[in-house]
Amino acid sequence: MKLSRRCFLAFSIGGAAGTALSPLPWKLTDDLSIWSQNWPWTPVPPDGEYAYINTTCTLCPGHCGIRVRKVDERAVKIEGQESSGMNPGGICLLGLSGLQLLYGPTRIQAPLKRVGERGENRWQTISWEEAIEEVAGRLNDLRSKGQPQAVAALASEDTGTVPQLMKRLLTAVGSPNFYRMPSMEDSQAAVLALTQGEEGFVGMDVEQADFVLSFGSALLEGYGASPRMMQAVNRLRADGGKLAQIDSRLSNTAAKSDIWLAPKPGTEADVALSIAHVLITRNRYDHGFVSQWAEGFEAFSAMVAEKYAPEKIADRTGLATDQIISTAIAFADAKHPLAVYGKGKGQQPGSLKEALAVNALNALAGSINRPGGIQAMAGYDYIQWPALQPDDVAAAGLQTPRLDQKGDVVYPNPGYKVHRMIEAVGAGSADLQALLVAESNPCYSLPGADKVRTAFSKIPFVVSFSSFMDETAMQSDLILPNPIYLERYEDVPVKAGTTRRRVGLCRPVVAPLHNTQHVGDTIIQIAHAMEGSVAAAFPWTDYATCLKETLSDAWETLLEKGHWEVPETTHAAGADGFKTASGKFVLMNETIGAIYLADAPLPAGDESEYPLQLVAYDTIRLSSQYVGSSPFMLKILSDTTLKGQAGFVELNPETAAKLNLKEGASATITTPAGSADVRVHLDEGIRPGIVAMARGLGHTAYDGFLAGKGVNVNQLIAPVEDPASGLDAAWGSWAKLAKG
Amino acid sequence: MSSNEKHQTDGRTGDAHASSPSDPRSGPYILLFFILGLALSMVVGWSIFPKLLYSQKSQPIDFNHKLHLEQVDNGCQSCHFFREDGSFSGSPRLAQCTDCHAELLGESENEKIFVEHYVATDREVPWLVYSRQPDCVFFSHSAHVFGAKMDCETCHGPIGKSESLKPYEENRITGLSRDIWGRNIAGFKQNTWDRMKMDDCAQCHAQHDTLHDSSVQTGRDACFVCHK
Ligand code: SF4
Repeated sequence: MKLSRRCFLAFSIGGAAGTALSPLPWKLTDDLSIWSQNWPWTPVPPDGEYAYINTTCTLCPGHCGIRVRKVDERAVKIEGQESSGMNPGGICLLGLSGLQLLYGPTRIQAPLKRVGERGENRWQTISWEEAIEEVAGRLNDLRSKGQPQAVAALASEDTGTVPQLMKRLLTAVGSPNFYRMPSMEDSQAAVLALTQGEEGFVGMDVEQADFVLSFGSALLEGYGASPRMMQAVNRLRADGGKLAQIDSRLSNTAAKSDIWLAPKPGTEADVALSIAHVLITRNRYDHGFVSQWAEGFEAFSAMVAEKYAPEKIADRTGLATDQIISTAIAFADAKHPLAVYGKGKGQQPGSLKEALAVNALNALAGSINRPGGIQAMAGYDYIQWPALQPDDVAAAGLQTPRLDQKGDVVYPNPGYKVHRMIEAVGAGSADLQALLVAESNPCYSLPGADKVRTAFSKIPFVVSFSSFMDETAMQSDLILPNPIYLERYEDVPVKAGTTRRRVGLCRPVVAPLHNTQHVGDTIIQIAHAMEGSVAAAFPWTDYATCLKETLSDAWETLLEKGHWEVPETTHAAGADGFKTASGKFVLMNETIGAIYLADAPLPAGDESEYPLQLVAYDTIRLSSQYVGSSPFMLKILSDTTLKGQAGFVELNPETAAKLNLKEGASATITTPAGSADVRVHLDEGIRPGIVAMARGLGHTAYDGFLAGKGVNVNQLIAPVEDPASGLDAAWGSWAKLAKG
Repeated sequence: MSSNEKHQTDGRTGDAHASSPSDPRSGPYILLFFILGLALSMVVGWSIFPKLLYSQKSQPIDFNHKLHLEQVDNGCQSCHFFREDGSFSGSPRLAQCTDCHAELLGESENEKIFVEHYVATDREVPWLVYSRQPDCVFFSHSAHVFGAKMDCETCHGPIGKSESLKPYEENRITGLSRDIWGRNIAGFKQNTWDRMKMDDCAQCHAQHDTLHDSSVQTGRDACFVCHK
C-alpha cells in the first residue's frame, strides 16, 4: 500500500470530522473565552468580609471626610463620605487614588540612614532606637554648644496635635524656628487680623452666595476642599447664580464661568480696586454695612477715586473699561455676592495688597460675616497643654530672632516666610545646623526649588519624616518614616475656607504595612531621649495618650462619627461688633493705607531680556504639594500637558507665530531662575505674551510613574517677596522661549 | 503555455502519485484513512484531551464533612455562614475552625497536620474551592438561599455526606475546578449539581422567569445581574 496524497487528505478530513464530533473544540473555545475574560494577571481583591471605615483625607489641606471600603484586611476603594459636613459624598482624583500611595512602591519601609552622598539614594536600614538616639544626640549637642536656635522644623500644617508637638519640641529645645509651608492661609490670616481684629481663619460661604467673583482661584480645580468647592459652584450655577473668573488663562474654572476677565498677571489688585471704584462712584455699595460698620470709608474712597478709575488702569491691566464696569455692576446686582482670592489651589500666600483689595469688595457689598459672605472663623483652641518650662539654654535660644525675621515690612505679620529662611541659609547668613521636615516636600514644591536644594546642602543634619522617597527625603541624612494617613490616628482641624469649624479624625484603615512609626511618637521619644526639661515638656507616654487626653470629651465623638463639629466660642459677627480697636471693620487705616501704597510684588528680571510672562497653573489632575501625583492621575493627564516624558507650555497662537513656534514644537524656556526643555501647545484661551505651565510635574524622586516626566515649574520661578507682608507672592516669572 | 494546459498534459502522460478519484484501487484506502483519522481524533477529543486539560491537585488537608455535620447544630451554615450584611462567607477561615480546634480534639492525622501547620502558625488553610466561579460572575447566596429558599444540595450536591475531599481537578487554561463544567466532558448532567455553567443557572432561572424581569430589553434577567 502506498501512502498517497489522497489518503493523507482522507485522514485529515476524518480527523477534522472526528474532532468536530468530540468535545475538544467546544470545550477549548469555552475555556479560552473564560480565560480571556479573566486575565489571570489582572489583580482581583480576594473575596472576604466587607467593611467601611470613615476617616479623613490629609493629602491636601481640604481634609475631606472619606470612606474606605475594605475586603478583609485589604483596603479596596476610597470614596467621599456622605455624612461629611465638608464634601458630602465628593472626592477628588488624588483622594480617590490614595490606595496607590498606600500600596505603591515608593513607600519608605524602615528608618534609613544615608550612606552615600546627599541625593545619591544610598541608605542603610537602622533601628528605631538608633534613629531616635541619633536625633536626640544631635539636638543635645546643639544645646550643649548653646545653639538651640540652630534647629528648625518645617511642616505642612501648624494646627493639630502633630504640628504642635513638633513646635513644642523646638520650643523645649530652645528654637523659635518652626515653619509651615506657604499657603494662602497666611494672607487670609493677615487680612482677618487687619480688618476684623480676629485671630483665626477665613470661611467662605460659597454655598449661600449667588455671585462668586474669583481672583484666579481654581474653584473647580482644587481650591480649598475641592469636592466641596465643586459642589458649591455647581449649586450656584444650577440656582441661576453667576461665576466671574479673573484669570489670564482660560482655565477650567474660567471656561465654566459666566464672566471671564483676563488681565495681565499681577494686576489683580488694580482690578479689584477698580471694581471698588465703580461700586462707590455708582453708589452701588451696601450703605447699611458701610455706614454702621466700616472704618475709613472716606479715605478708601478717596484712594480709589484718585488712582483706580477703570480707564486709569486699563493700560496696566490690559482690560477694557466696560469689562470692569459690567463686572462691578453684576457683582452689585447680586444679593449675596462673594469675592475670593488665593490663586490656583491656594498654595501661595499671594500679594497682601490684592487680598485686602478683594476683601474690600466683600465689605462694600456687606458680605462680611453674613450668609453667603466671608466669615471670620475663630481658630481652634482645643489644644490646651501644660505650659512649657524652658531651661536656661532654651530660654536664651527662644530670645534669638527667627531666621525669617527682617522687620522691614509694612505689616509685620507673623506668617511663615519660608523663602527667607531658605535664602538666609543658602547665602550662609543664617546658622542652621539641623532641620526636621514633616509631611512636606520643600525641595520640590517651593518656588526656586534649585535654590532650596542648595540651601539644604548647607544644613549639616536634615531629618525627614516622609512616608515616601520624595525629593526632600533624598536630600536628608535620616529618614524616620511616618505611616501614611490610612495607617494612623491624627486629629485634623479643617480650615480651607470652611464655614463650619470641624476637626476630622484620621484613623488606621489598615495596620501599618511597613516598619514605620507615627511622627507624634517619634517626637515624644526624641524628647524623652533628650531628658531634662525637654523630656519634662512631654508628659505623655506615647502619641495615642497625648491625642486622647488633648481631645478629652471630644474623643468619643470623633471615634463614633469620624469628625467633631467644634462649638462656636468666639465667632465675631457683624452685629456684635468687630474685635478691632474701633469695634468696626477696617476698610482703611494707616497700616492698610501703607499696604495699598506699596508696590506690587514683581518678579525679578528684565522685560527686555525676558519678554514673556510664565504663569504656573494648578490642575485637579496633578498634585503639587507634599504628596506626588498617583499613577492614576498621570494616566488621565491630557497629552497637551504631558506626552511621554515631555512637558508642555501653553501659548497663544499669536505669541507662537512671533516666535515661529508651531503646535508640538520643542522649545527651551528660560527665566532668571533657570531653564528647561518643553514642548509647545497653542491655545487661544491664553492671553498673548503669556506662557502657562502646569504645576506638579518634573519630579526627580518617587518612581518611574512620576520621575522624569515634564518640568517642575517651581525650578523656573523664584520667590517674590511681597513688600507689604514679606510673604512669598510669586505668581510666575519673566521668561523667554526659544526654538529648541 | 498556461498552467491549465500543463495540467491536462500531465494527466495524459499518467502520474503514478496522483490516481484519479475513479481509480478503483485507491477507494478502500481512502475510506480506511478517513475512518482512521476519525477514530483517532475521537479518541483524542473524548479521552486524551480531558486528561491533558485537567491537572490533579489534592487539598492541603483532608476534611470529613459528614463527621463535622453530625457535630454542629446549624447544618451547613454552622461553618459556611452568612455575615451580618447578608454576604456569604464561603470557605471557613481559620478563626472559625479554631473556635473548636484551638487544640487537638481527636486523633486524626489530618487534624494533627491542621493544628500544627495552620493553627499553631496562624496561617489560613489554602483550600481549593470546587465551586469557585470566574471573577466576573456575581452570585448572591442570600438571594438563592433566603430569597428562593433553595437548599445547598441543589447546586453543591451531597457534599455534606462525604467523608473525605475528592481531588481538585484544575483546568489548566482557566484555573477553575472541573466541577464547573462537570465531570462529563460532553457537558451532560444527571443531577442539578453536576455542573455550574451559565446554562445551568439559566435553566433554573427560565423556570422562574416571572420572578425575574430586570432587563428592559429581554423582559428577563439582564446580563448584569450576574456579570459584573
Ligand atoms: S480635596 Fe484634598 S482632602 Fe479632599 S479628597 Fe482631595 S486630596 Fe483629599
